[in-house]
Amino acid sequence: MFRPRIIPVLLLQNKGLVKSVRFKDHRYLGDPINAVKIFNDLLADELVFLDISATKENRAISLDFVKKVGEEANMPFAVGGGITELNQIQRLIASGAEKVIINSHASKHPKFVAEAAENFGSSTIVVCMDVKKKFLGPLRTWIMGGHKSTNYSPTDFAKKIEDQGVGEIIVQSIDLDGMMNGYDIPLIKSISESVTIPVVALGGAGTLNHMADAHFNAYANGLAAGSMFVYHGSRKGILVNYPNRNEITKLFKDGINR
Amino acid sequence: MQKLVIIDYGMGNLRSVEKKLLNFLPNIQISSDPGQIKEADKLVLPGVGHFGKAVNNIKNLGLWEIINEVVLLKKKPVLGICLGMQLMAKYSLEGNAKGFGWFDADVVRLKVEDNLKYKIPHMGWNNVVAVKPSILFEEIPSNSEFYFVHTFHVKSNTQQDILSLTDYESFFVSAFEKDNIFGVQFHPEKSHIMGEKLLSNFLKL
Repeated sequence: MFRPRIIPVLLLQNKGLVKSVRFKDHRYLGDPINAVKIFNDLLADELVFLDISATKENRAISLDFVKKVGEEANMPFAVGGGITELNQIQRLIASGAEKVIINSHASKHPKFVAEAAENFGSSTIVVCMDVKKKFLGPLRTWIMGGHKSTNYSPTDFAKKIEDQGVGEIIVQSIDLDGMMNGYDIPLIKSISESVTIPVVALGGAGTLNHMADAHFNAYANGLAAGSMFVYHGSRKGILVNYPNRNEITKLFKDGINR
Repeated sequence: MQKLVIIDYGMGNLRSVEKKLLNFLPNIQISSDPGQIKEADKLVLPGVGHFGKAVNNIKNLGLWEIINEVVLLKKKPVLGICLGMQLMAKYSLEGNAKGFGWFDADVVRLKVEDNLKYKIPHMGWNNVVAVKPSILFEEIPSNSEFYFVHTFHVKSNTQQDILSLTDYESFFVSAFEKDNIFGVQFHPEKSHIMGEKLLSNFLKL
């Protein structure tokens, strides 16, 4: 039986691993390659790396870093941050990444993701959309690490991206980032119902039951999280963790984690 | 010592296959060189992307006949992964192109009724259900999970070559075997312990 993927999302800033709350207050966690080693041992389904300062600094995620991850990782992984050119994608894939994630540039230049999907195959190209309410306004997608809003509603943007031939969409709620109280179920559901490509939920997960919720009630195909996999306990001690395979299988068979 | 060549026709992530195989065998080349491919004891045909484009790339590199020769005349073991498996079929609707035709099979798009529950591409972990025993799956229990990423799948016209099936609303062929030719739709190089086991089984052939 098919089951959704559970995906740790690891944020990079100045080559270190960090975790944010609502895209702010970045806390340093440690060495990303060390985290990859631990996720190998824990048999994680898939990993995502996002360089959250790349776009602002007008560069793409470091090729050297991606190579290092490629040497270590036993599972598929996707990388994103500041990707604006096809030859960057070529090099990132050659360095071991399965997929690349495009955010800001996809909003500004949808044709670019169409070209990327055409060149590297749909399943290689992922778009991440960051979603937040405009002040006293409707939900919109945001770019530049949540600093700039666009005119796209989440469902319009998702459809637009699907039309470009992209293989997967990550839907991230900015307001729920780091809160660990559960995903934005109505948002995720609205996207799942608008497209036929896989949808990955991100932002807000704190427990496996949140993940089951997003899968069964919002049809998410991938369940991604940051805090949940790097923190332990109410005081948020740093501890890289991941559920075991039996727990995961049971969760998606029974619908609840007891 | 056996020489294994991973055929490089410019599509997909070859490094991860190489890295896994290096755990078991030191002599591995990623190559698009006809001479090296001709001398290989084993071939891996990997790939991610568009079928029609893959066929063109292989032909433009002058490798089509040579691969056929190594596989059909010299009978060297070959493992096709993902798009590599699909290339072993007769024909694909992705780009309407002819494949190697080593299996009596065609490549068609995955079809689902419930497209809320079953998104396309089929992306993630799924169970591989054994249909008949094979050296390739030695010590791998039926129903083990492997990692899949694909939009098209192989539709076999005969039952006899099918090694395993996988359920994505309906069952499709996830592995096949005919003489020295093996194909898997999933990515063993990305499937943790069972994936490694499968690759080491291939090397034992």
